[in-house]
Amino acid sequence: MQRRMTTLWIVSILIYAFLYIPLIVVVVFSFNNSKLNAEWVGFTLHWYQTLFHNHEMLLAARNSLIIAISASTLATLLGTMAGLAIHRYKLKVLPILAFTPVAMPEILLGVSLLLFFLQVLNMTLGMFSIIIAHTTFCIGFVAIIVRARLQGMDDLIFEAARDLGATPWQTFYHVTLPLIRPAIIAGALMSFTLSIDDFVITFFTKGVGEPILPIQIYTMIKVAITPEVNAVSTLLMLLTLTLIIVATRFDTSVLRSESK
Amino acid sequence: MVLIEIRNVTKRFGDFIAVDNVSIEIKAGEFFTILGPSGCGKTTLLRMIAGFDAPDSGQILLEGKDIIDVPPEKRPFHTVFQSYALFPHMTVADNIGFPLKMAGKARHEIMTLVTKALEEVELSQFGNRYPHELSGGQKQRVAFARGLINQPRLLLLDEPLGALDEKLRENMQRELINLQAEAGVTFIYITHAQNEALALSHRIAIMNRGKIEQVDEPARIYNFPMNRFVADFIGKINMLDASVIEVSTFHLKLRVAGLGEITVPAKACIKINDQGVLAVRPEQIRIAPETSEIHSELQFMGKIKGFFYIGDVTTYNIELPNNTWIEALLPNSEPGHAKLFDIGDTVVVSWQEQSAQFLPN
Repeated sequence: MQRRMTTLWIVSILIYAFLYIPLIVVVVFSFNNSKLNAEWVGFTLHWYQTLFHNHEMLLAARNSLIIAISASTLATLLGTMAGLAIHRYKLKVLPILAFTPVAMPEILLGVSLLLFFLQVLNMTLGMFSIIIAHTTFCIGFVAIIVRARLQGMDDLIFEAARDLGATPWQTFYHVTLPLIRPAIIAGALMSFTLSIDDFVITFFTKGVGEPILPIQIYTMIKVAITPEVNAVSTLLMLLTLTLIIVATRFDTSVLRSESK
Repeated sequence: MVLIEIRNVTKRFGDFIAVDNVSIEIKAGEFFTILGPSGCGKTTLLRMIAGFDAPDSGQILLEGKDIIDVPPEKRPFHTVFQSYALFPHMTVADNIGFPLKMAGKARHEIMTLVTKALEEVELSQFGNRYPHELSGGQKQRVAFARGLINQPRLLLLDEPLGALDEKLRENMQRELINLQAEAGVTFIYITHAQNEALALSHRIAIMNRGKIEQVDEPARIYNFPMNRFVADFIGKINMLDASVIEVSTFHLKLRVAGLGEITVPAKACIKINDQGVLAVRPEQIRIAPETSEIHSELQFMGKIKGFFYIGDVTTYNIELPNNTWIEALLPNSEPGHAKLFDIGDTVVVSWQEQSAQFLPN
């Protein structure tokens, strides 16, 4: 028994090491006082300073934030509506329609969106096309989370609200919305993190104009993996991690209020 | 005065007819129960009265006005669900105050009424708790308080005691009777538990396969079931195959194979040669030791084949001369007695003519 526990511990530690050591290396070397990612020389904030003087990078970060905020807002609105509809109307085709973009290979989605924007809509690629593209693949995630939340609830409470005098809108405002709020917030945060570091779909739908963060990072490492890349990656990681932690906080509150 | 009239209501789900041409009248102030096995259509009927489902045909009238097109929130009815359906994100006080809030009542007025309602259901200390912090019985009382807070014309109750354990259920039954009498609100109560229906109701409608079999007061339902389904569904009853051989104003003469001719009280619409059963409740059957004096012309020799002791009463299985088995129920009213007869005893079985009846097939 004791030996089996020890083995289990070792295996789990190895798996987590495999997952997190590369990330830790990136973070550590972002503070390394050397141009090479080879050995530790000494602590410095130099790479963060150069990063904040890199106008191209700052512009890319700003663009990415605009895209992530817009796309996650749109996706949350539409995804919540989709989740509610999938739950309410038991049409088999609805979940397929909403969830397919989630399962679709990104490269396929990227290519098809590119063709759609250029050949069908004949539009100029740029921020707008990226926002639409990101919204497309985020809707499914929000819908899944909202629907899962609704599935865990007693449907009779919505009928009970109507029965006790609430109009359909009042029922939504006083009962449905407060109950699915954690799922909506979790879905919004999830969409934001998915959007801000998306590479493949952004690559296909960005056109030539504006710099976008993940693409900018990629362009930088094509030359050489400088510690500046480590610094920007660390910051991106920090943002994503914070949002994920906040999102899971909301998710556990989902579980808590469900205990009857 | 008739409060609700259900007139020729039918509801289908695909090929399945859930409610089949049902007509009932419910009087104001009545405790009316719809009793039937699961799947008989009683919940569908309730949902149509509440306004969650619309009938395919027929009318539902509130004081003579058809309310089919009125949405649930506009009907002056509330429902108490078996799962209580309390709002999990609201406190007990907010749950109870919800109907008042939706009706646009002022905050202080809501507070006053909710405080009073909490007192009435003995939950004054629980106003700030959330539903998941309450026991089943407490949730139940919150659901009743919420349903009655703004004095609906009608309270619909869908197996509200189904989720409670036996002891609690008995207490809640008593509370329900008081609650209904005090509030003066008409109740439509849905249940599959026949003892609950008998104990609580002013009138009972027995429902089976989407149809109403009988509507009557509890004692009449029990003593004068209209057909075999009602007789069998309410309580226990012995049934012996019989055919009608003579019809007169006050009596029917039946032939029961192996037992001869037996007279029972007359019944409407019965003709000679009708097939059916002779039905007698177990507690109406008398058994006496074989040595006892003959006191009735309606008696048979029987043999005790088994017994079932449940404390206050003992049920005996008796084999009659025609090899059919019947059940007799004897109270253990004498101190220290567990049973009066033993397996293998020969006994005299009899019943009063009025306590038996003929039920056509």
